[in-house]
Amino acid sequence: MVVVINGKEAEIVDGLSVLGLLESRQITPETVVIELNKDIVSSDVFGSTLLNDGDHLEILRFVGGG
Amino acid sequence: MNEDIFEIGGLKLTNRLFTGTGKYADDAVIPGVCEASGSQVITVALRRVDLESDTGNVMDCIPKHMQLLPNTSGARTADEAVRIARLARAMGCGDWIKIEVISDNKYLLPDGYETAKATEILAKEGFVVLPYVNADLYVARACVDAGAAAVMPLGAPIGTNRGLKTREMVRILIDEIDLPIIVDAGIGRPSEACEAMEMGADACLVNTAIATASDPVMMARAFGRAVKAGREAYLSGPGAIHSHAVASSPLTGFLSEG
Repeated sequence: MVVVINGKEAEIVDGLSVLGLLESRQITPETVVIELNKDIVSSDVFGSTLLNDGDHLEILRFVGGG
Repeated sequence: MNEDIFEIGGLKLTNRLFTGTGKYADDAVIPGVCEASGSQVITVALRRVDLESDTGNVMDCIPKHMQLLPNTSGARTADEAVRIARLARAMGCGDWIKIEVISDNKYLLPDGYETAKATEILAKEGFVVLPYVNADLYVARACVDAGAAAVMPLGAPIGTNRGLKTREMVRILIDEIDLPIIVDAGIGRPSEACEAMEMGADACLVNTAIATASDPVMMARAFGRAVKAGREAYLSGPGAIHSHAVASSPLTGFLSEG
């Protein structure tokens, strides 16, 4: 299935959770905040939040700024 | 002198220099900057993770004792700022937020109306809201009414190192606004931060001037001292300014008398 991650389409396997996606991209879950279809996903439900075809996902983190 | 405490958002600060994490050639100097300046508050921005390349994590360079002040840079409207603020809070690093709402790309000047709108929404949600604003009395008042914890007027456009160009307007805010005034943006030299503090500003936020110095740690130390010096000068109650000379030595007992 296809989801949109940070503005780009990506093909992912069916039944993947948010946590599974992060692990597949070598992203440490504690370092990011996730927005799924404009709703913030609490980090304690990353593992139980499954992705669906057409989902829009934002994966963000803190960077240097003033 | 009793300890000079700066209380904001329920936090008691003993240092009045806020620093940033942008523009460092190497983020590894950030711990040294924090230590040398004595700063206790540091800004960060929120951005998409780069999925193509593994860049370093700035959070690894921020000492744990620092109060994090995420900004809403990238927001062009109040709604976007609110969205970014909520995401920043979801990172679990506290509820402080610096509101930045900017749609002007040349001068990066803040939109006062949208900033006040975002301030009101976020203050109601329990955020400690520090809005970045033009040094404008009406915008500052709107931010006060909206529930801001402090007002952060610019000294000059972001990243310009041009100094305290807005000094007369900042002076008015210091006089008229009951919230802390934190001069943010444009300060390029420690003397300018010192001047802002002498005028009675409650704190200064300095990022570019430190980050782009050849020796950021030394510059951070200089800014830390300048802010302290300016604060002490303000607290000491500077003497009157006169238009004519006023002798410092006695005007009697000259050798030539009598």
